[in-house]
Amino acid sequence: MIIVQDFEYFKPESIEEAVGLLSKYGDGGRVLAGGTDLVSLLADGAVQAEALVDIKGISALGDIAFENGVLTIGSLATFSDLIASDVVKSEFPLTWEMPLTVASVGIRNRATPVGNICSAVPCCDTGPILLVYDAEVLVTGPGGDRSVPIADWFVGPRQTVRGPGELVTGVRVTKPGKKHGGCFVKLRRYKGEDLAQASVSVLALEGNEYRISFGSVAPKPIRGTRIEALLNGYDLTDKLLKKAVDLVDGEISPITDIRATAEYRSHMCKVMLKRGLRAAVDRMNGGGPAYGTEVI
Amino acid sequence: MADLVAVSITVNGKLYEKAVEPRLLLSDFLRHELRLTGTHVGCEHGVCGACTILLDGKAVRSCLIFTIQATGQEILTIEGLADLVEGPAWHPLQEAFRETHGLQCGFCTPGFLMTLIPFLEENPDPTEEEIREALSGNLCRCTGYQNIVKAVRMAATALKEGAK
Repeated sequence: MIIVQDFEYFKPESIEEAVGLLSKYGDGGRVLAGGTDLVSLLADGAVQAEALVDIKGISALGDIAFENGVLTIGSLATFSDLIASDVVKSEFPLTWEMPLTVASVGIRNRATPVGNICSAVPCCDTGPILLVYDAEVLVTGPGGDRSVPIADWFVGPRQTVRGPGELVTGVRVTKPGKKHGGCFVKLRRYKGEDLAQASVSVLALEGNEYRISFGSVAPKPIRGTRIEALLNGYDLTDKLLKKAVDLVDGEISPITDIRATAEYRSHMCKVMLKRGLRAAVDRMNGGGPAYGTEVI
Repeated sequence: MADLVAVSITVNGKLYEKAVEPRLLLSDFLRHELRLTGTHVGCEHGVCGACTILLDGKAVRSCLIFTIQATGQEILTIEGLADLVEGPAWHPLQEAFRETHGLQCGFCTPGFLMTLIPFLEENPDPTEEEIREALSGNLCRCTGYQNIVKAVRMAATALKEGAK
Protein backbone atom coordinates (compact mmCIF):
# COMPACT_ATOMS: atom_id res chain seq x y z
CA MET A 1 0.00 0.00 0.00
CA ILE A 2 1.38 3.37 -0.95
CA ILE A 3 1.57 5.79 1.95
CA VAL A 4 -0.44 8.78 0.82
CA GLN A 5 1.52 11.52 2.55
CA ASP A 6 4.84 12.72 1.29
CA PHE A 7 7.88 13.49 3.41
CA GLU A 8 11.62 14.06 3.21
CA TYR A 9 14.07 11.51 4.59
CA PHE A 10 17.28 12.34 6.44
CA LYS A 11 19.88 10.05 7.95
CA PRO A 12 22.16 12.21 10.11
CA GLU A 13 25.46 10.83 11.37
CA SER A 14 25.67 12.89 14.55
CA ILE A 15 23.35 13.77 17.43
CA GLU A 16 23.90 17.50 16.76
CA GLU A 17 22.81 17.08 13.15
CA ALA A 18 19.69 15.17 14.23
CA VAL A 19 18.78 17.83 16.81
CA GLY A 20 19.29 20.51 14.12
CA LEU A 21 16.86 18.74 11.78
CA LEU A 22 14.29 18.14 14.51
CA SER A 23 14.49 21.82 15.53
CA LYS A 24 14.10 22.95 11.93
CA TYR A 25 11.03 20.84 11.20
CA GLY A 26 9.32 21.21 14.59
CA ASP A 27 6.14 19.13 14.86
CA GLY A 28 6.62 17.94 11.27
CA GLY A 29 9.92 16.24 12.12
CA ARG A 30 9.63 12.65 13.26
CA VAL A 31 12.35 10.46 14.75
CA LEU A 32 12.63 7.10 13.01
CA ALA A 33 14.43 4.23 14.78
CA GLY A 34 12.75 0.80 14.57
CA GLY A 35 9.72 2.32 12.88
CA THR A 36 7.33 -0.40 14.07
CA ASP A 37 4.96 2.20 15.53
CA LEU A 38 5.68 5.21 13.30
CA VAL A 39 5.35 3.49 9.91
CA SER A 40 1.92 2.16 10.72
CA LEU A 41 0.78 5.57 12.06
CA LEU A 42 2.03 7.25 8.88
CA ALA A 43 0.24 4.67 6.75
CA ASP A 44 -3.00 5.30 8.64
CA GLY A 45 -2.59 9.07 8.41
CA ALA A 46 -2.77 9.23 12.22
CA VAL A 47 0.56 11.08 12.18
CA GLN A 48 1.56 13.76 9.68
CA ALA A 49 5.26 14.16 8.88
CA GLU A 50 7.23 16.59 6.78
CA ALA A 51 10.56 14.95 7.48
CA LEU A 52 11.72 11.63 8.91
CA VAL A 53 14.97 11.73 10.82
CA ASP A 54 16.40 8.20 10.73
CA ILE A 55 18.75 7.98 13.73
CA LYS A 56 20.19 4.57 12.84
CA GLY A 57 23.25 6.18 11.28
CA ILE A 58 24.31 7.84 14.54
CA SER A 59 27.01 5.58 15.95
CA ALA A 60 27.24 7.66 19.17
CA LEU A 61 23.77 6.48 20.20
CA GLY A 62 25.09 3.01 20.90
CA ASP A 63 23.25 -0.04 22.09
CA ILE A 64 23.60 -1.47 25.60
CA ALA A 65 26.41 -0.62 28.03
CA PHE A 66 27.00 -1.52 31.70
CA GLU A 67 29.50 0.35 33.81
CA ASN A 68 29.79 0.97 37.56
CA GLY A 69 26.39 -0.53 38.27
CA VAL A 70 24.64 1.63 35.68
CA LEU A 71 22.98 0.20 32.58
CA THR A 72 22.59 2.49 29.59
CA ILE A 73 20.11 1.39 26.97
CA GLY A 74 20.85 3.42 23.85
CA SER A 75 18.13 4.57 21.49
CA LEU A 76 19.19 2.02 18.88
CA ALA A 77 19.00 -1.05 21.13
CA THR A 78 16.13 -3.35 20.18
CA PHE A 79 13.99 -5.58 22.37
CA SER A 80 15.89 -8.54 20.87
CA ASP A 81 19.15 -6.91 22.01
CA LEU A 82 17.85 -6.78 25.60
CA ILE A 83 16.94 -10.47 25.49
CA ALA A 84 20.36 -11.37 24.02
CA SER A 85 22.30 -9.34 26.61
CA ASP A 86 23.99 -11.41 29.33
CA VAL A 87 24.45 -8.37 31.55
CA VAL A 88 20.77 -7.44 31.32
CA LYS A 89 19.81 -11.02 32.16
CA SER A 90 22.11 -11.28 35.17
CA GLU A 91 21.94 -7.74 36.61
CA PHE A 92 18.52 -6.40 35.55
CA PRO A 93 16.31 -9.49 35.33
CA LEU A 94 13.07 -7.51 35.13
CA THR A 95 14.42 -5.65 32.10
CA TRP A 96 15.23 -9.04 30.59
CA GLU A 97 11.87 -10.64 31.44
CA MET A 98 9.73 -7.85 29.99
CA PRO A 99 10.81 -8.01 26.30
CA LEU A 100 10.12 -11.76 26.17
CA THR A 101 6.43 -10.79 26.18
CA VAL A 102 6.65 -7.95 23.67
CA ALA A 103 4.95 -8.73 20.34
CA SER A 104 6.81 -11.36 18.28
CA VAL A 105 10.36 -11.94 17.10
CA GLY A 106 9.81 -10.07 13.82
CA ILE A 107 8.82 -6.94 15.77
CA ARG A 108 11.36 -7.34 18.58
CA ASN A 109 14.16 -7.41 15.99
CA ARG A 110 13.28 -3.83 14.99
CA ALA A 111 11.33 -2.18 17.82
CA THR A 112 13.28 -0.33 20.52
CA PRO A 113 12.57 0.17 24.24
CA VAL A 114 13.41 3.87 23.87
CA GLY A 115 10.93 4.16 21.01
CA ASN A 116 8.42 2.45 23.27
CA ILE A 117 8.63 5.19 25.92
CA CYS A 118 8.67 7.91 23.23
CA SER A 119 5.50 6.70 21.54
CA ALA A 120 4.16 6.50 25.11
CA VAL A 121 1.02 4.49 24.55
CA PRO A 122 -0.64 3.63 27.88
CA CYS A 123 -0.13 -0.10 27.24
CA CYS A 124 3.63 0.16 26.67
CA ASP A 125 5.68 -2.44 28.56
CA THR A 126 8.95 -0.52 28.89
CA GLY A 127 7.50 2.34 30.97
CA PRO A 128 6.31 0.26 33.93
CA ILE A 129 9.64 -1.61 34.13
CA LEU A 130 11.66 1.60 34.12
CA LEU A 131 9.36 3.05 36.80
CA VAL A 132 10.26 0.41 39.38
CA TYR A 133 13.97 0.89 38.67
CA ASP A 134 13.61 4.70 39.01
CA ALA A 135 15.32 5.04 35.62
CA GLU A 136 16.28 8.30 33.93
CA VAL A 137 15.57 9.35 30.36
CA LEU A 138 18.57 10.98 28.65
CA VAL A 139 17.58 13.83 26.37
CA THR A 140 19.61 16.12 24.12
CA GLY A 141 18.17 19.21 22.51
CA PRO A 142 18.81 22.75 21.36
CA GLY A 143 19.19 23.78 25.03
CA GLY A 144 21.77 21.09 25.81
CA ASP A 145 21.53 17.79 27.66
CA ARG A 146 19.10 16.91 30.45
CA SER A 147 17.99 13.80 32.24
CA VAL A 148 14.38 13.27 33.20
CA PRO A 149 13.26 10.89 35.96
CA ILE A 150 10.99 8.31 34.32
CA ALA A 151 8.27 9.21 36.85
CA ASP A 152 8.12 12.69 35.25
CA TRP A 153 8.44 11.49 31.66
CA PHE A 154 4.91 10.46 30.71
CA VAL A 155 2.20 13.11 30.47
CA GLY A 156 -0.70 11.10 29.03
CA PRO A 157 -1.55 8.84 26.11
CA ARG A 158 1.13 9.39 23.45
CA GLN A 159 2.40 12.44 25.33
CA THR A 160 5.73 12.94 27.03
CA VAL A 161 7.75 15.91 28.26
CA ARG A 162 10.06 15.67 25.24
CA GLY A 163 10.36 19.24 23.95
CA PRO A 164 10.68 20.67 20.42
CA GLY A 165 13.91 19.64 18.75
CA GLU A 166 14.77 17.16 21.50
CA LEU A 167 16.12 13.68 20.88
CA VAL A 168 16.14 10.88 23.44
CA THR A 169 19.59 9.33 23.35
CA GLY A 170 18.92 6.54 25.82
CA VAL A 171 17.76 5.54 29.28
CA ARG A 172 19.91 5.02 32.34
CA VAL A 173 19.01 2.30 34.83
CA THR A 174 20.90 2.04 38.11
CA LYS A 175 21.21 -1.39 39.66
CA PRO A 176 19.59 -1.38 43.12
CA GLY A 177 22.25 -1.46 45.84
CA LYS A 178 20.48 -4.21 47.78
CA LYS A 179 19.63 -7.82 47.04
CA HIS A 180 16.40 -7.82 45.05
CA GLY A 181 14.02 -9.81 42.90
CA GLY A 182 11.43 -8.79 40.35
CA CYS A 183 8.44 -9.98 38.40
CA PHE A 184 6.79 -8.61 35.27
CA VAL A 185 3.23 -9.86 34.95
CA LYS A 186 1.52 -9.16 31.63
CA LEU A 187 -2.05 -10.05 30.83
CA ARG A 188 -2.79 -10.65 27.16
CA ARG A 189 -5.18 -12.72 25.12
CA TYR A 190 -2.54 -15.17 23.96
CA LYS A 191 1.22 -15.56 24.03
CA GLY A 192 2.33 -13.68 20.98
CA GLU A 193 1.44 -10.67 18.95
CA ASP A 194 -0.71 -8.88 21.53
CA LEU A 195 -0.55 -5.73 23.58
CA ALA A 196 -1.01 -5.68 27.34
CA GLN A 197 -4.57 -5.74 28.62
CA ALA A 198 -2.94 -4.90 31.93
CA SER A 199 0.52 -5.29 33.41
CA VAL A 200 1.97 -5.28 36.92
CA SER A 201 5.68 -4.86 37.62
CA VAL A 202 7.12 -5.64 41.03
CA LEU A 203 10.60 -5.10 42.40
CA ALA A 204 11.15 -6.46 45.91
CA LEU A 205 14.30 -5.39 47.77
CA GLU A 206 15.94 -6.80 50.85
CA GLY A 207 14.62 -5.22 54.05
CA ASN A 208 10.98 -5.37 52.97
CA GLU A 209 11.05 -2.62 50.39
CA TYR A 210 8.64 -2.90 47.51
CA ARG A 211 8.28 -1.00 44.25
CA ILE A 212 5.15 -1.55 42.19
CA SER A 213 3.91 -0.19 38.87
CA PHE A 214 0.94 -0.72 36.59
CA GLY A 215 0.62 -0.54 32.80
CA SER A 216 -2.42 -0.31 30.52
CA VAL A 217 -4.77 0.62 33.37
CA ALA A 218 -4.31 4.41 33.45
CA PRO A 219 -3.58 7.16 30.88
CA LYS A 220 0.11 6.45 31.43
CA PRO A 221 2.28 3.90 33.28
CA ILE A 222 1.95 4.58 37.02
CA ARG A 223 3.60 3.65 40.33
CA GLY A 224 1.40 2.13 43.00
CA THR A 225 2.60 4.49 45.70
CA ARG A 226 -0.17 3.86 48.23
CA ILE A 227 0.35 0.12 48.00
CA GLU A 228 4.10 0.58 48.41
CA ALA A 229 3.54 2.72 51.50
CA LEU A 230 1.32 0.02 53.00
CA LEU A 231 3.80 -2.80 52.31
CA ASN A 232 7.15 -1.15 53.01
CA GLY A 233 8.75 -2.44 56.17
CA TYR A 234 6.64 -5.58 56.45
CA ASP A 235 6.92 -9.24 55.51
CA LEU A 236 4.40 -10.35 52.90
CA THR A 237 1.66 -12.16 54.80
CA ASP A 238 -1.68 -13.28 53.41
CA LYS A 239 -3.36 -10.67 55.57
CA LEU A 240 -1.12 -7.90 54.26
CA LEU A 241 -1.60 -9.04 50.66
CA LYS A 242 -5.34 -8.78 51.10
CA LYS A 243 -4.97 -5.21 52.34
CA ALA A 244 -2.71 -4.41 49.36
CA VAL A 245 -5.25 -5.82 46.93
CA ASP A 246 -7.94 -3.62 48.49
CA LEU A 247 -5.91 -0.56 47.50
CA VAL A 248 -5.60 -1.49 43.80
CA ASP A 249 -8.80 0.21 42.65
CA GLY A 250 -7.65 3.44 44.25
CA GLU A 251 -4.45 3.40 42.20
CA ILE A 252 -5.66 2.46 38.72
CA SER A 253 -8.27 3.92 36.38
CA PRO A 254 -8.83 1.29 33.68
CA ILE A 255 -11.10 1.80 30.69
CA THR A 256 -13.16 -0.60 28.61
CA ASP A 257 -11.83 -0.96 25.08
CA ILE A 258 -11.39 -3.52 22.31
CA ARG A 259 -8.94 -5.58 24.39
CA ALA A 260 -10.72 -5.86 27.74
CA THR A 261 -13.39 -4.39 30.00
CA ALA A 262 -12.53 -2.09 32.85
CA GLU A 263 -13.98 -4.64 35.30
CA TYR A 264 -11.82 -7.46 33.97
CA ARG A 265 -8.69 -5.29 34.08
CA SER A 266 -9.44 -4.26 37.65
CA HIS A 267 -10.07 -7.83 38.79
CA MET A 268 -6.97 -9.19 37.08
CA CYS A 269 -4.69 -6.45 38.41
CA LYS A 270 -5.45 -7.72 41.91
CA VAL A 271 -4.63 -11.32 40.98
CA MET A 272 -1.48 -10.20 39.14
CA LEU A 273 -0.33 -8.01 42.04
CA LYS A 274 -0.59 -10.91 44.49
CA ARG A 275 1.24 -13.36 42.22
CA GLY A 276 3.81 -10.78 41.18
CA LEU A 277 4.65 -9.82 44.75
CA ARG A 278 5.01 -13.45 45.82
CA ALA A 279 7.18 -14.34 42.81
CA ALA A 280 9.40 -11.26 43.28
CA VAL A 281 10.04 -12.06 46.93
CA ASP A 282 10.64 -15.77 46.19
CA ARG A 283 13.07 -14.86 43.41
CA MET A 284 14.91 -12.45 45.69
CA ASN A 285 15.40 -15.36 48.08
CA GLY A 286 16.76 -17.60 45.34
CA GLY A 287 13.55 -19.56 44.69
CA GLY A 288 10.32 -19.02 42.82
CA PRO A 289 9.70 -19.50 39.12
CA ALA A 290 12.69 -18.86 36.83
CA TYR A 291 12.75 -15.45 35.16
CA GLY A 292 10.81 -15.66 31.92
CA THR A 293 8.28 -18.08 33.40
CA GLU A 294 4.94 -16.35 33.38
CA VAL A 295 2.95 -16.38 36.60
CA ILE A 296 -0.38 -15.77 34.87
CA MET B 1 6.99 15.34 -4.20
CA ALA B 2 10.00 14.57 -2.04
CA ASP B 3 13.25 13.98 -3.91
CA LEU B 4 13.96 10.43 -4.96
CA VAL B 5 16.64 8.72 -2.91
CA ALA B 6 19.19 6.23 -4.20
CA VAL B 7 19.10 2.75 -2.70
CA SER B 8 21.41 -0.17 -3.21
CA ILE B 9 20.01 -3.39 -1.84
CA THR B 10 21.04 -7.00 -2.32
CA VAL B 11 18.05 -9.31 -2.66
CA ASN B 12 18.58 -13.06 -2.88
CA GLY B 13 22.21 -12.49 -3.83
CA LYS B 14 21.53 -9.97 -6.58
CA LEU B 15 22.38 -6.28 -6.18
CA TYR B 16 19.66 -3.79 -7.13
CA GLU B 17 20.37 -0.07 -7.48
CA LYS B 18 17.28 2.08 -7.79
CA ALA B 19 15.94 5.55 -7.05
CA VAL B 20 12.83 5.44 -4.85
CA GLU B 21 10.53 7.77 -2.95
CA PRO B 22 11.28 7.89 0.78
CA ARG B 23 7.71 6.76 1.51
CA LEU B 24 8.04 3.51 -0.48
CA LEU B 25 7.62 0.54 1.85
CA LEU B 26 10.07 -2.33 1.51
CA SER B 27 7.19 -4.76 0.94
CA ASP B 28 6.02 -2.64 -2.02
CA PHE B 29 9.57 -2.30 -3.33
CA LEU B 30 9.97 -6.07 -3.40
CA ARG B 31 6.60 -6.70 -4.97
CA HIS B 32 6.13 -3.79 -7.35
CA GLU B 33 9.65 -2.65 -8.25
CA LEU B 34 11.42 -6.02 -8.27
CA ARG B 35 8.30 -8.08 -9.07
CA LEU B 36 9.18 -10.53 -6.31
CA THR B 37 5.57 -11.21 -5.41
CA GLY B 38 6.27 -14.17 -3.14
CA THR B 39 6.43 -11.77 -0.18
CA HIS B 40 2.77 -11.38 0.67
CA VAL B 41 1.08 -8.37 2.18
CA GLY B 42 -1.71 -8.96 4.67
CA CYS B 43 -2.52 -6.50 7.46
CA GLU B 44 0.21 -3.95 6.70
CA HIS B 45 0.39 -3.17 10.40
CA GLY B 46 3.03 -5.67 11.43
CA VAL B 47 0.54 -8.03 13.02
CA CYS B 48 -0.05 -10.91 10.58
CA GLY B 49 3.55 -11.75 9.65
CA ALA B 50 2.78 -12.53 5.98
CA CYS B 51 5.39 -10.03 4.73
CA THR B 52 8.23 -11.42 6.87
CA ILE B 53 11.63 -11.40 5.15
CA LEU B 54 15.21 -11.69 6.38
CA LEU B 55 17.11 -8.41 6.64
CA ASP B 56 20.78 -9.11 7.31
CA GLY B 57 19.70 -12.54 8.55
CA LYS B 58 17.01 -11.34 10.97
CA ALA B 59 13.29 -11.92 10.51
CA VAL B 60 11.51 -8.58 10.11
CA ARG B 61 8.19 -7.22 8.83
CA SER B 62 8.83 -5.67 5.41
CA CYS B 63 5.57 -3.67 5.68
CA LEU B 64 7.00 -1.66 8.61
CA ILE B 65 10.27 -0.68 6.95
CA PHE B 66 10.90 2.00 4.36
CA THR B 67 12.98 0.85 1.40
CA ILE B 68 15.56 3.54 2.07
CA GLN B 69 16.18 2.08 5.53
CA ALA B 70 17.39 -1.16 3.94
CA THR B 71 20.01 0.41 1.72
CA GLY B 72 23.37 -1.32 2.00
CA GLN B 73 21.76 -4.39 3.55
CA GLU B 74 21.07 -7.92 2.40
CA ILE B 75 17.60 -9.35 2.01
CA LEU B 76 16.42 -12.90 1.63
CA THR B 77 12.87 -13.50 0.40
CA ILE B 78 10.94 -16.69 -0.21
CA GLU B 79 12.16 -16.70 -3.82
CA GLY B 80 15.74 -17.18 -2.59
CA LEU B 81 14.98 -19.91 -0.06
CA ALA B 82 15.56 -22.94 -2.29
CA ASP B 83 18.94 -21.52 -3.31
CA LEU B 84 20.15 -21.98 0.27
CA VAL B 85 20.46 -25.70 -0.46
CA GLU B 86 22.42 -27.25 -3.28
CA GLY B 87 20.82 -28.76 -6.36
CA PRO B 88 17.34 -28.36 -7.78
CA ALA B 89 15.62 -29.46 -4.55
CA TRP B 90 13.48 -27.29 -2.35
CA HIS B 91 14.64 -26.18 1.05
CA PRO B 92 13.84 -28.80 3.74
CA LEU B 93 11.29 -26.39 5.24
CA GLN B 94 9.44 -26.13 1.94
CA GLU B 95 9.59 -29.90 1.52
CA ALA B 96 8.25 -30.44 5.04
CA PHE B 97 5.35 -28.02 4.59
CA ARG B 98 4.36 -29.85 1.40
CA GLU B 99 4.78 -33.28 2.93
CA THR B 100 2.70 -32.58 6.08
CA HIS B 101 0.08 -30.44 4.35
CA GLY B 102 1.26 -27.46 6.40
CA LEU B 103 -0.55 -25.06 4.12
CA GLN B 104 -3.94 -24.74 2.49
CA CYS B 105 -4.44 -21.44 0.69
CA GLY B 106 -0.74 -20.66 1.07
CA PHE B 107 -1.08 -16.91 1.59
CA CYS B 108 0.66 -16.90 4.98
CA THR B 109 3.22 -19.56 4.07
CA PRO B 110 6.13 -17.39 2.83
CA GLY B 111 6.01 -15.44 6.12
CA PHE B 112 6.02 -18.64 8.16
CA LEU B 113 8.98 -20.04 6.25
CA MET B 114 11.05 -16.88 6.56
CA THR B 115 10.32 -16.65 10.31
CA LEU B 116 11.42 -20.26 10.70
CA ILE B 117 14.80 -19.98 8.96
CA PRO B 118 16.61 -18.07 11.76
CA PHE B 119 14.53 -19.83 14.42
CA LEU B 120 15.77 -23.28 13.41
CA GLU B 121 19.33 -21.99 13.04
CA GLU B 122 19.28 -20.73 16.64
CA ASN B 123 17.25 -23.62 17.99
CA PRO B 124 17.79 -26.77 15.87
CA ASP B 125 15.84 -29.03 18.23
CA PRO B 126 12.82 -27.02 19.45
CA THR B 127 10.02 -28.26 21.70
CA GLU B 128 6.43 -27.93 20.55
CA GLU B 129 5.92 -25.01 22.91
CA GLU B 130 8.96 -23.24 21.52
CA ILE B 131 7.70 -23.79 17.97
CA ARG B 132 4.29 -22.39 18.82
CA GLU B 133 5.79 -19.37 20.53
CA ALA B 134 8.14 -18.74 17.60
CA LEU B 135 5.17 -18.78 15.24
CA SER B 136 2.90 -16.66 17.42
CA GLY B 137 3.59 -13.63 15.24
CA ASN B 138 2.41 -15.36 12.06
CA LEU B 139 -1.30 -15.76 11.49
CA CYS B 140 -2.79 -18.64 9.49
CA ARG B 141 -6.56 -18.80 9.00
CA CYS B 142 -6.71 -22.18 7.22
CA THR B 143 -4.71 -24.88 8.91
CA GLY B 144 -5.31 -24.50 12.63
CA TYR B 145 -1.51 -24.63 12.93
CA GLN B 146 -1.37 -28.38 13.73
CA ASN B 147 0.26 -29.38 10.46
CA ILE B 148 2.52 -26.34 10.52
CA VAL B 149 3.95 -27.52 13.84
CA LYS B 150 4.39 -31.01 12.33
CA ALA B 151 6.19 -29.46 9.37
CA VAL B 152 8.61 -27.61 11.63
CA ARG B 153 9.48 -30.81 13.47
CA MET B 154 10.03 -32.66 10.21
CA ALA B 155 12.18 -29.84 8.84
CA ALA B 156 14.20 -29.66 12.05
CA THR B 157 15.00 -33.37 11.76
CA ALA B 158 15.87 -33.05 8.07
CA LEU B 159 18.10 -30.04 8.68
CA LYS B 160 19.94 -31.85 11.49
CA GLU B 161 20.50 -34.89 9.30
CA GLY B 162 21.64 -32.66 6.44
CA ALA B 163 24.15 -30.99 8.74
CA LYS B 164 25.76 -34.31 9.69
